[in-house]
Amino acid sequence: MRIAVALLILVAGTVSALAENLVTSLSNHRVLINSNYTGTSIAVFGAIERDAQTISRASGYDAVVTIRGPQQFLVVREKERLGPFWLNQDQQKFPTAPAYLAVLTSRPIAEITSEQLRRRQKIGIQAIVHAPDFTNDRGGLDEPFREALYRLKSREGLYRENEKGVTFLTPNIFNASIPLPATAPTGNYDVEVALLADTVVLARTVTHFELVKTGFEQQVGEIARDWSLLYGLSTALLALFFGWTANAVFRRD
Amino acid sequence: MQIYLPIAEMPVSVLLILGLGAAVGFISGLFGIGGGFLMTPLLIFLGIPPAVAVATQSAQIVASSTTSVLSAIRRGAIDFRLGGILVAGGFVGSALGVWFFAAARRAGLLDLVIVVSYVTLFTVVGSLMMKESIREFFLRRKHGPVRPRRNGGNHAPFLGWPVRMRFYRSKLYASVIPIIGLSLFVGFAGALLGIGGGFIVVPALLYIFRVPTGVVVGTSQFQIVCTTLVALVLHAVANQAVDIVLAILLILGGVFGAQFGARAGRNLRAELFRFLLAILLLAVGLRFALELVVKPQEPFSITVQETRQEARP
Repeated sequence: MRIAVALLILVAGTVSALAENLVTSLSNHRVLINSNYTGTSIAVFGAIERDAQTISRASGYDAVVTIRGPQQFLVVREKERLGPFWLNQDQQKFPTAPAYLAVLTSRPIAEITSEQLRRRQKIGIQAIVHAPDFTNDRGGLDEPFREALYRLKSREGLYRENEKGVTFLTPNIFNASIPLPATAPTGNYDVEVALLADTVVLARTVTHFELVKTGFEQQVGEIARDWSLLYGLSTALLALFFGWTANAVFRRD
Repeated sequence: MQIYLPIAEMPVSVLLILGLGAAVGFISGLFGIGGGFLMTPLLIFLGIPPAVAVATQSAQIVASSTTSVLSAIRRGAIDFRLGGILVAGGFVGSALGVWFFAAARRAGLLDLVIVVSYVTLFTVVGSLMMKESIREFFLRRKHGPVRPRRNGGNHAPFLGWPVRMRFYRSKLYASVIPIIGLSLFVGFAGALLGIGGGFIVVPALLYIFRVPTGVVVGTSQFQIVCTTLVALVLHAVANQAVDIVLAILLILGGVFGAQFGARAGRNLRAELFRFLLAILLLAVGLRFALELVVKPQEPFSITVQETRQEARP
């Protein structure tokens, strides 16, 4: 009974705090990869619903769209001098790093909210990469590795931040385009949209999309995984056959 | 034109891969080597995951070496007895190499072992061949064509050890002990460094065992086909890293390249052949040495240990 009352108060509290209601939608929940796939983009639409009690916001709204790809276990290594040689020495493990990470905002993230809040709410790539639970803390030794991960991933186009990525069509309706490079791995992607005003998070939604191989690409992947011996033997036979054919074709004597 | 690779999970340019296959195939056919030590770094440079690059290029080696082996058979340029010993010893050597690989990794010395062995192997073999071919070149200019150095008593003393065998095609009558030793070493280095070992077999047969150039190339290719076929199937089973689409593209380019390479090789004078192979080996060795010694622009690198496909909790 006491719990029920407590829940009721809690729910009532959230409802009054969340005067704005955020509705988001993706253009596509299942992206298919076929043989001429070279990357794609997915549109996010958002609408802010207000009711009679909603106070007017002088500063207008901001939206932060964060896209996280499948989780990867990554190891970042650093080459250091050992005698005359440069060799991989120190390393840092990132057990749950997203393979793809994009943060799209309507204006520079520093203008949207305070650094403290960014760090607490993990808003922006810097905040995500430097979060304490992103990798184990080694008292400052982990810092260069976090920076290196971000630098190398953004060079591949897999980690990106775009401060002009979200466009407000009207004060209450916005859209954004998620750029997916061809090297983004297959799997599940989370799209988190946070609505802010006056540096405060007002509402959040989380939606998902899936990047999957279809047709021939999917079948090859399944056969290679489930029938690996057969797959290996047929690739070997194919190679022998091609070699034999080429020899027969080019035979002159 | 781009095509999506189902196992590497990325698109590549069809023409680029065909061209790459043809270029490496040409060198492979010319010198009787597999060419894996050239193809693997090139594929990784294009952004293909290292495991997929190593596993898939073995399919191309099988195809281009098969072509060379078939034409060598017709010319009678394979010593099957010698090749058989190389293959059998190679498997034992590979097992030892895999064991050593794991031991070095446990000791945290794997990177050092691999890079140093690469540099040593390529520069030593390359400079020995270079020295030999330059010496031959000057001898030839002074005294006219060099007579084959196949005089009685003019061979390394260990060839006279017990358990002698006669290899007719190779015009060799020698103890099998050093041959087994060579095959063990090639298998060992192959497993440790991920190479077929053709570039060790070719100079060893040429210089130590004095086997005629034509037979050297055929026999080496025979050994490569057998070893790489096993490696290809093992890669498919153990790592599921063989990309059949990439393999077909590389093969299509490779078999053409290998044909022209083999034809060019037949017209090449023996000492020029050795000189060119020496330059190739030295260049690759130098590249690895530079990588080891020069301060890297980006000291950090990322390795993907695992990608989780299921939805996050």
